[in-house]
Amino acid sequence: MEQPAQNTSSGVDASFDQLNRDWYIDKAVQVLVFLGGISAIVFIIGIFVFISKEGFGFLVGDFNFKEFFFSPNWRPTSESKETFGILALVAGTASVTGLAMLIAIPFSLGAAIFIAEFASGKTREFLKITVELLAAIPSVVWGFIGLAIMNPIIIETFNVPVGLNVLNAGVILGLMAAPIMTSIAEDALKAVPDRYREAAEAMGATRWQVIYKVVLPAAKNGLLGAVLLGVGRGFGETMAVLMATGHSINIPTSVFDSVRALTATIAAELGETAAGSSHYQALFTIGIFLFIITFIINLAADLIVRGVRKG
Amino acid sequence: MVKLGVKDLSISYAGERVLEGVNFDIQEHEIFGIIGPANAGKTSFLKAINRMDMFNTEMTVDGEIRFNNVDVSKIRNVYGLRRRIGVVFPLPVGLPLSIYDNVALAPRLGGQKDKAELDIIVERCLTRAALWDEVKDRLDSLGSMLSGGQQQRLTIARALSQDPEMLMLDEFSIAVDPVTTMRIEDVLKELRSEVTIILVTNLVQQARRLADRTAFFLGGRCVEVGVTEDLFTGEVQDQRTRDYVEGRFG
Ligand SMILES: Nc1ncnc2c1ncn2[C@@H]1O[C@H](COP(=O)(O)OP(=O)(O)OP(=O)(O)O)[C@@H](O)[C@H]1O
Ligand SMILES: [Mg+2]
Repeated sequence: MEQPAQNTSSGVDASFDQLNRDWYIDKAVQVLVFLGGISAIVFIIGIFVFISKEGFGFLVGDFNFKEFFFSPNWRPTSESKETFGILALVAGTASVTGLAMLIAIPFSLGAAIFIAEFASGKTREFLKITVELLAAIPSVVWGFIGLAIMNPIIIETFNVPVGLNVLNAGVILGLMAAPIMTSIAEDALKAVPDRYREAAEAMGATRWQVIYKVVLPAAKNGLLGAVLLGVGRGFGETMAVLMATGHSINIPTSVFDSVRALTATIAAELGETAAGSSHYQALFTIGIFLFIITFIINLAADLIVRGVRKG
Repeated sequence: MVKLGVKDLSISYAGERVLEGVNFDIQEHEIFGIIGPANAGKTSFLKAINRMDMFNTEMTVDGEIRFNNVDVSKIRNVYGLRRRIGVVFPLPVGLPLSIYDNVALAPRLGGQKDKAELDIIVERCLTRAALWDEVKDRLDSLGSMLSGGQQQRLTIARALSQDPEMLMLDEFSIAVDPVTTMRIEDVLKELRSEVTIILVTNLVQQARRLADRTAFFLGGRCVEVGVTEDLFTGEVQDQRTRDYVEGRFG
């Protein structure tokens, strides 16, 4: 018979200190994931630093706060006096985005509710795939639709001289943003547990009451996220708005006015400016402005979502 | 008076029988217990009563269930039926609305808009569900943030807010501590004078404490229906009932 060991604790301790393969794999994965996460942040900071550096000369030199934000005159190449006012460009971007959201929000919310709550089986799968396909259409194609299809339709229907305007770009941008908003809103609705629906149904709620009183309130964070993403998309979209707005500087007074967007201005003019010139630097300052706006929108979305979650 | 009459009831999912041969009447203002091991078909039975089969195309119900002597399968406005039957599910479901809105939801669905009236209903139902004292100072915080036991009492308050004629509880105590369970059981005893209660439970002693009569479901059949006390004193038709209540299987 073997005597039970008097002191087994040292043996146990040794096995606790043994580092095996699983331990190393775990550590390696941790390091990789950490690097992945850090690199995303590094890239963003890098981009911001680059944009800021290019715009810096303008910010410390010619930059005139009042002119930049409150003058509607964007005359970067004027012989007599260069003016860098982005008010009209902001108005262009805002009006197009606003109209786009007016169109995209009801469309995408309706589609998301139908897909998540009413469609089932094959119909649902088919619709989901269609929505994802629509989301993948390149923006230049949308721009082309605005230019070649919407333009003559608007001219004929409303009897206006030009069809490239706020209306055209707003519709195009709305159609463009709707699929991705639908997709995210649908995810948000699907994330509402079925037991909530069941509980409401058992109380005698009709299908619509279940959606309106329980599902939508429960999913409001995700839905808000979808809307803000759409707004972000609107601000950031370049190609389609360049093609569909008419690209002329204007503070719009009606949807039939042509406008020009912030992003489109950068895209159209950057290639023709001399690196380091005031014009070049002013364009980068617009870049900084867009960057900050997008950042604020995302931050707001994030804070709202968190705030609501905490209750 | 017969509140719920069940005749030759059978239930299938996708053609597969999970419950058959159910025949009994539930009297008004009695607590009717249903006991039985897992998969006996107890939950399916409750779902057939308030027509929760409607959105589940797999589920078919044959036979007859009469509520207030009306065949529920022929009711066109099932929402009206469900509003008269309160349901409490096994796992607490605090809806992600404020505590107040959780309880006010059913009256609002029924068209009640008067704030003062709603206040009264909310306080009354929360008091009856033994939750009022714990939440009265934070009625606008989220119902889904309460503890499990509190959420279950919230669910009961919500079921009561419908002012139901019948209350169906499905294993309400599996996520609730014993003290809370006892408090809820006291509430149920008080409610007996006003509503008819169907109590599905996997705790046979709970059925003994509360139910006037009890049915024993086993493997998709209703094996026995009798006065609860008889089941526990061995006066049974089927030997398996005695084995089950005495804990020899299940
Ligand atoms: N939605 C459904 N689809 C298909 N089959 C189902 C569905 N719900 C229940 N069943 C089946 O019906 C049978 C009875 O289930 P039911 O939930 O009624 O049992 P139960 O007596 O409530 O059991 P438990 O005590 O575990 O809750 C089970 O075999 C189950 O697999
Ligand atoms: Mg069950």
